[in-house]
Amino acid sequence: MIREKKTGRGHLAQNKNQAAPPLNLFFLLGPALMVVTILFGGGLIIGFLQALGYQPATGITTLSLQHFITVVSAPDFRVSIGLTLYIALTSTLIAAIISICLALSIHRWAANNRLIHFILQVPLAAPHLVIGISMIFLIAPSGLIARLSSHLLGTETQSTFPVLVNDTWSIGIILVYIWKEIPFITLMLLAVLKNMGEELLEVGATLKATPVQRFRFITLPILRPSLYASCCIVFAFTFGAFEIPYLLGQSYPLTLPVWAYRNFSDIDLLARPEGIGIGLIIAAIVIFSVLLAERLLSHTWQDR
Amino acid sequence: MTKITRAPLFLLLLILFMVSLPFVPLLLWSMSEQWFYPGILPQKFGLRAWHYVFSTTGEQIVNGLSASFAVALATSLTSLLLGIPAGRVLGLYNFRWKRTISLILLLPIVVPPLSTSMGLHFWFLQLGLTETFVGVVLVHLTFCLPYTIFVLWGVFSDFNPDFEAQARSLGATPLQTLLQVTLPMILPGVTVAALFSFLLSWSQYLCTLIIGGGKILTLPILLFSLMDAGDRPVASAVSLVFIIPVVLVLLASAHNLGRHGFKGIR
Repeated sequence: MIREKKTGRGHLAQNKNQAAPPLNLFFLLGPALMVVTILFGGGLIIGFLQALGYQPATGITTLSLQHFITVVSAPDFRVSIGLTLYIALTSTLIAAIISICLALSIHRWAANNRLIHFILQVPLAAPHLVIGISMIFLIAPSGLIARLSSHLLGTETQSTFPVLVNDTWSIGIILVYIWKEIPFITLMLLAVLKNMGEELLEVGATLKATPVQRFRFITLPILRPSLYASCCIVFAFTFGAFEIPYLLGQSYPLTLPVWAYRNFSDIDLLARPEGIGIGLIIAAIVIFSVLLAERLLSHTWQDR
Repeated sequence: MTKITRAPLFLLLLILFMVSLPFVPLLLWSMSEQWFYPGILPQKFGLRAWHYVFSTTGEQIVNGLSASFAVALATSLTSLLLGIPAGRVLGLYNFRWKRTISLILLLPIVVPPLSTSMGLHFWFLQLGLTETFVGVVLVHLTFCLPYTIFVLWGVFSDFNPDFEAQARSLGATPLQTLLQVTLPMILPGVTVAALFSFLLSWSQYLCTLIIGGGKILTLPILLFSLMDAGDRPVASAVSLVFIIPVVLVLLASAHNLGRHGFKGIR
């Protein structure tokens, strides 16, 4: 069945192997590529110049790495990067584990249920901001869940209800990310499961592999590239996102993106290059994690 | 036997419950006039918040709605205009640097807008683009355009240009070929690309704030100030208004995608 699929794509691949006429490349791809390079590359390069101290408004035009050094050696930097890493890693890990279970269940029991696929796209497209706001209404000490629990337990729980918003463990932030990212990883995994076919599992079963062994030695290795790649993307996103920690985070310590914006918007113009510097450090970490994802996916891409 | 037939239903209900859970407090708050602590439901229901949102006192919100809509529309249309030719080349041909180019296009989608817009702010300041509509659209293009190209790349890799050649050989003019052969074939994919790039722009907060400088008041910016003001019913109502296009877009794309599935989205 896998074979069939590949040859099925074959006839399309034939005209894809054509070399592109250079004029086509220039006139069709050129404008879009130029806009992206100018806006994205320009933003990063000009930001980098500013982070190096280029500030014509104040008359400072000498370039140095001083701002980066100030940022990296500040004690807050370590705390902030630790918090950001903690939030990003925890939400990615939890989302990944739940996604594996969810993808396998959907594949087993509802592979062709279009309603489930549709519902799963809602969190994917819902704006983070709205979910952050509703999370406050849900899990804050005066939120819906606290109200429900005080009703069910028959006691006043407002004072004993755990603080889940603006809290030390960033539970609120992580919950929003998990809710948002599970569908993304799940849909990525489902796409792989769909193309996997049953043959390998049947072979495993005839060789007397237990269901756990089949999962461990057949399903998981097939899922792995997509799983790792989608995790890298989720990590990159949660690492650089601003709105949710801004809304649901503590006032100290701040996540890197919030700290970057605080510095950037400071009345003291000298804090601005430091803010931009933090922004670039975030970009570097995110780019690294995406390159890793691309590496992991590369052999599955070649496959197509 | 019953276990097998019930599992899909259970799964469906579980997913439905988890996905709809965050919208429950928003709905309740937007329709409440009085909701003191231990009450599970508001003590007094009412439509004050909804009246406020659509009345003249809430003019700001209607303006925010139209600002958000205008920015997202301009962004997604520009993305399409530049993205369709680019997606076509990437989907149909092989060439040197294709991998590098795909990486250049991938990075702006994942690098947070925060990192680029702080640098762009300085540049846009020199060009007089800060606090303008065009400036905000440009900063949204930074990630919406690459995203659109990626979706269209997928659309065009399933497109067979032989149909165009056949139309031409039967005497159709290039314009006729475009309008009567190419466009109808790619339209579902193009619609989906446009809709999702609209959504991407629609949900932006920080880069709009940095470049728009509080002059271009889109809905997310108003939402943040509403949360600061602590008016929960109005903030909930605006949140729900904010999410309407999301639902509409998903319904439209589900319709458009039909049997093609959701390949290429996000």
